[in-house]
Amino acid sequence: MGKYIVKRVLLMVPTLLGVAVLIFFLMRVVPGDIVELRFAGESAFAQKENLDKERVRLGLDQPLLTQFIRWMSGIVQFDFGTSMWTGAPIIEEIKLRFTLSMQLAIMATIVAVVLAIPLGVLAAIKQDTWIDYTVRIFSIAGLATPSFWLGIVFILLLLIVFKWLPPMVYTPFWVSPVQNLAQLIWPALAVGYRYSAVATRMTRSAMLEVLREDYIRTARAKGLWQNLILSRHALKNAMLPVLTVIALEFAFLMGGLVVTEQVFNLNGLGMLFVESVAHRDYTLTQALVMLVAFMFIFVNFLVDLAYAWLDPRIRFR
Amino acid sequence: MAIGRPAESIAEIPTAESTAARWFRIVRQFCRQRPLGAIGAVIVLINLVVAVGANVMAPYDPLATDYGAMLAAPNRAHWLGTDAFGRDVLSRLLYGSRTAMLVGFACAFWGATVGAVIGVASAYFAGKVDLIVQRVMDIFLAFPLIILALAIVSIFGTGIGNVILAITIPMIPRAALVARSSALAIREMPYIDAARAAGFRHKRIILRHMLPNVMASYLIMLTAYLGQAILLEASLSFLGLGVAEPTAAWGLMLRGAAVQFAESAPWMAIFPGLAISLAVFAFNLFGDSLRDALDPRLRTQ
Repeated sequence: MGKYIVKRVLLMVPTLLGVAVLIFFLMRVVPGDIVELRFAGESAFAQKENLDKERVRLGLDQPLLTQFIRWMSGIVQFDFGTSMWTGAPIIEEIKLRFTLSMQLAIMATIVAVVLAIPLGVLAAIKQDTWIDYTVRIFSIAGLATPSFWLGIVFILLLLIVFKWLPPMVYTPFWVSPVQNLAQLIWPALAVGYRYSAVATRMTRSAMLEVLREDYIRTARAKGLWQNLILSRHALKNAMLPVLTVIALEFAFLMGGLVVTEQVFNLNGLGMLFVESVAHRDYTLTQALVMLVAFMFIFVNFLVDLAYAWLDPRIRFR
Repeated sequence: MAIGRPAESIAEIPTAESTAARWFRIVRQFCRQRPLGAIGAVIVLINLVVAVGANVMAPYDPLATDYGAMLAAPNRAHWLGTDAFGRDVLSRLLYGSRTAMLVGFACAFWGATVGAVIGVASAYFAGKVDLIVQRVMDIFLAFPLIILALAIVSIFGTGIGNVILAITIPMIPRAALVARSSALAIREMPYIDAARAAGFRHKRIILRHMLPNVMASYLIMLTAYLGQAILLEASLSFLGLGVAEPTAAWGLMLRGAAVQFAESAPWMAIFPGLAISLAVFAFNLFGDSLRDALDPRLRTQ
């Protein structure tokens, strides 16, 4: 097992390096740089020498390779530099948004799990009945409904039916849990619906597969209770693929909620990404992309480990 | 020749049914066995008809502003109301399906096709080529779809062509992954060995012998990506980084005024979202049934 872990960790390095190269050069291909953008409003100062002075200050006059190596050597020492736009350390910029994104992701996961596992199991047991059809239609609709639009509909319903608007300014959970939850529950529900749809479908198909196994028949043959068969034998074995989609979806939620955050005016990682790209804030964008990619790769790694732990054959492939 | 006749007529039996009749039989069987899929297919067809015939069906020009009828509630003249510029919401919805279908089909087709070719080729060549292709794909897969799409849009700018490009590129590695895993099994088939022994070129083996045999997963991907592409286009347009105003696009219709005046003019925010959901829902419904029908592993006895 130890050898397998080492191998998988080493495989992460080239992927992360590739992500770094890709985003570094992608950002430089984007037309217009931060200096032009910042001086765009003040044409009086936008003389070539001023622009060049600013570029020197930000290190943008250096050859690309030098810039890349400087950035990489910083990352290796966990130094992500400062935001080119605000000048604040990137760690600080991200830390603020990270808590919010993390909390939202956790809440959405709870919504998804609470909905998905009972519904998926139910649909599998009652395969091809109206219950199965209803659950399937509900989950396909979840995949089809844009989360951001569902968010708009929630806000509208609250406004029109209850004449109440959820708070639009973020309050940390430890300052006021009620304020905090009153704001975040809506985006969590909007995102959680889509998320639960993915998980419901996976639960259903994994359960269907497991229910056809010989050991389930054996358990039935020896007269075990249906409930016990389901909880002890079937669900346990069907859980792994479900946990996988939940974990991957979670990693996606941390950086991919660009649009829903916009609707609810949430200052999460997704919103920060859109802003930093718009500002051509190279250092911040790069750090964000590396963070999101790292989380995704790391979750994949954990999933692989779980599989290898449960199925020893994988370790020797 | 007396002996020849029965042999001929045996050979004729499969072709006795014309191609049209065979298709008709397949369609009928699909409808009977998978009613949900059939419903999905019907909605998709309606959507396509609307997209093609938007100019005939739309009661108004989707770009025509009418400042006398701004933010009008649904009424007899404007069935679904008007937006902040007095543009007819129904007409914009109908024309919007054109944008959605165009983006959906273009992205799904190119994403699935290019991905399938890369995936199959990677499986066929195996060894170092496969390893390198897989690592490159891994890099792209580490980005959430929307993040990569956003980065690409900021490079090439907004507009329908660039949006298609921005959605297609992140789809390619996902398609390649699926196609590769189905192609791995096909590579071991005797007919591939036979083709190789016959001295066919790599290109011919990949395109003529392997690709047709991953058709099932290709079609499944195609239908799944159709819905995803429409959703992504709507998200990008909603952020103002997709299709540019004043083109009629569902995501764009939800942007700005639709949210600003949501309380007093909810029809602006409700109908485009319903249109997106219904279109994607139909594709998913059809795609799901198609997957059940094509994937023998999931086929219920």
